[in-house]
Amino acid sequence: MNPLTFARGATVAAAAVVAMLAGCSKEEKTTTTTTPAASTPSAEVVASAPTPASGPTPAASAPLKIAFAYVGPVGDGGWTFAHDNARKALQQHFGDKIVTSFVEKVPEAADAERVFRDMASQGNKLIFGTTFGYMEPMLKTATDLPDVKFEHATGYKTAPNMRTYDSRTYEGAYMVGMIAGAMTKTDTLGVVGSVPIPEVIRNINSFTLGAQSVNPKIKTKVVWVNEWINPPKEGDAAQALLNGGADVLMQNTDSSAVLQTAGKAGKYAFGWDSDMSAYAPNAHLASAIINWAPYYINATQDMLDGTWKGDQRSWWGVKESAIDIVSISDKVPADIKAKVEAVKAGLKDGSFVIWKGPITGNDGKEVLAAGAAADDKFLGGINFFVKGVEGQVPGGEKK
Amino acid sequence: MDQFALLVAATLNSGTVLAFAALGLLINERAGIVNLGAEGMMLVAAVAGFATAFHTGNDWLAFGAGAVAGAVLAAAFGFLVIWLNTNQYATGLALSLFGAGFSAFVGIRYTQEKLGEQHNFAIPGLADLPFVGPALFRQHPMVYLAIALTLAIAWFLYRARAGLVLRAVGESPESAHALGYPVRRIRLAAVVVGGALCGVAGAYISVVSTHLWVEGMTAGKGWIALALTTFATWRPARVLLGAYLFGGVTMLQLQLQGEGVQISSQFLTMLPYLATVLVLVLISRNAAFIRVNMPASIGKPFFPG
Repeated sequence: MNPLTFARGATVAAAAVVAMLAGCSKEEKTTTTTTPAASTPSAEVVASAPTPASGPTPAASAPLKIAFAYVGPVGDGGWTFAHDNARKALQQHFGDKIVTSFVEKVPEAADAERVFRDMASQGNKLIFGTTFGYMEPMLKTATDLPDVKFEHATGYKTAPNMRTYDSRTYEGAYMVGMIAGAMTKTDTLGVVGSVPIPEVIRNINSFTLGAQSVNPKIKTKVVWVNEWINPPKEGDAAQALLNGGADVLMQNTDSSAVLQTAGKAGKYAFGWDSDMSAYAPNAHLASAIINWAPYYINATQDMLDGTWKGDQRSWWGVKESAIDIVSISDKVPADIKAKVEAVKAGLKDGSFVIWKGPITGNDGKEVLAAGAAADDKFLGGINFFVKGVEGQVPGGEKK
Repeated sequence: MDQFALLVAATLNSGTVLAFAALGLLINERAGIVNLGAEGMMLVAAVAGFATAFHTGNDWLAFGAGAVAGAVLAAAFGFLVIWLNTNQYATGLALSLFGAGFSAFVGIRYTQEKLGEQHNFAIPGLADLPFVGPALFRQHPMVYLAIALTLAIAWFLYRARAGLVLRAVGESPESAHALGYPVRRIRLAAVVVGGALCGVAGAYISVVSTHLWVEGMTAGKGWIALALTTFATWRPARVLLGAYLFGGVTMLQLQLQGEGVQISSQFLTMLPYLATVLVLVLISRNAAFIRVNMPASIGKPFFPG
């Protein structure tokens, strides 16, 4: 045999092996968690009622099919994890009246549109997209498929069959800020920010306002990592804040790396989006969590009742049980705990308003006059730091 | 001054991951093999290391598991490119994609798990010295091991006979073959050692740096390590320098942000890449020097006659 022919043949064979290897990894993933990259449109279907092994379900009481698109893996322990917990709660709440499924790690790009269309073609009548970046692809899909209802988290564009929902995460930030203000010894707090958008800037400000409500001397340092989830970078950013003198940290990113870094250094931090107390029991002071279940149950009820309406915006907070503070550490003094509980009760019945003047920006200019309460439009456009936060909002100075 | 000491400490810690991975890749490339699968090997090693640390509670076993995971993947890669002569670049990319998917699949079970509290390291006596103590002597042992490894590899490549043979294989496999050296086996050994070192780097990320497993957590460090070997013109000391430079500028830009310096964070995020490339290009701008150091047969298949 000509050695060269053999070599060529071997190359082809090896290429096939490599292709198989690569193919295998996808195959394994589809059967377990479903990646958007895989071409098969199968998603993990979770039905509480035992589904018949074969044959279509009787049409008489066909359950409502609901699909979720997640930006991260369900195991991120933060943002997507909270959404998936709510999906499970939703499934439990309605039992066999609904069937929910999800696709995780759907990129915030054109590929998302294909995923939404896949979901619709599988008979899902209600589709939730759980990140800001799905706005345009979802809007496009919604225009083409008027029979399917779309729910988009944290966006601002709507359609007759698409509406948005969000959580007032800044209420949780304010409450953990109160604890941070009481626990710091250096009067310096640190925040690891993801992307400088109004939501995150609002959280940094609210965290600082909360801290200042118990300790007026508070300064907050901010480090941006420009990503939602990148654990090594989040950890490095946390380390930089600790090096700079901050001794209580908060993060508006999606993993528990900041909390772990604080734990390693013997400092304090919080859980965000989900309860993270187990990741670093000694460093964890409290977790500001989002509970998406009340909204998901409400939206599904609308569908079942036939009262679902598009072109609407919902922004739920403590009042609707969408935001909460949990697992407050024993290290937090009782009087601070009581103050946090009082704020929570005030947010619940509407007697307490976080964004109420006088509030001053960190350039010294008054942004909210004494006695004035910010409306949702004001809150949605926050592009400045309040007094006490160091530095400037990236890109914010141009406005 | 204290802040500066902490910055030095964070730099050493941050650069160690890159140093291990880039030194591993340097050994590969000195033997003439480019393994673009670094990122994939690191991810699989990260999950292997995390799982081992989780089940046994022993960080050293975790590094061992990471090394083994990296070595096994590298061996598979080596078999494909050395014996079956598949294209090194395509096969490396496939390995990278495979590693990302496979680690995510295996890691599902570990995404919510936690490791025990981490202990701090300190060299008795030296750690309490002012400035140099906190800057240099309170590091994880792997940080010192990376420095020792750099010296060992430099000695091996330029002072040991086996290192000379390895370089000969990378320069001219035909000549080495004619002299009777088992070119393929030597290349495989280099690839396996390189994979093991990438594996150690991966395990360091999940077990020491972050203490958790998250899908895709190496976040491009494998690719940076690959670039680093080239920019450092395949010299071990420069690889280490580049790794610390990258780690240092990364930490510096985060610290500057924390101090409220008025530079856009997007620009600062770009700095580590810019600074590392700039410095390494400057110190290696001599074309003849690059030619001398670049393994002549890099990326090329070898067919024994």
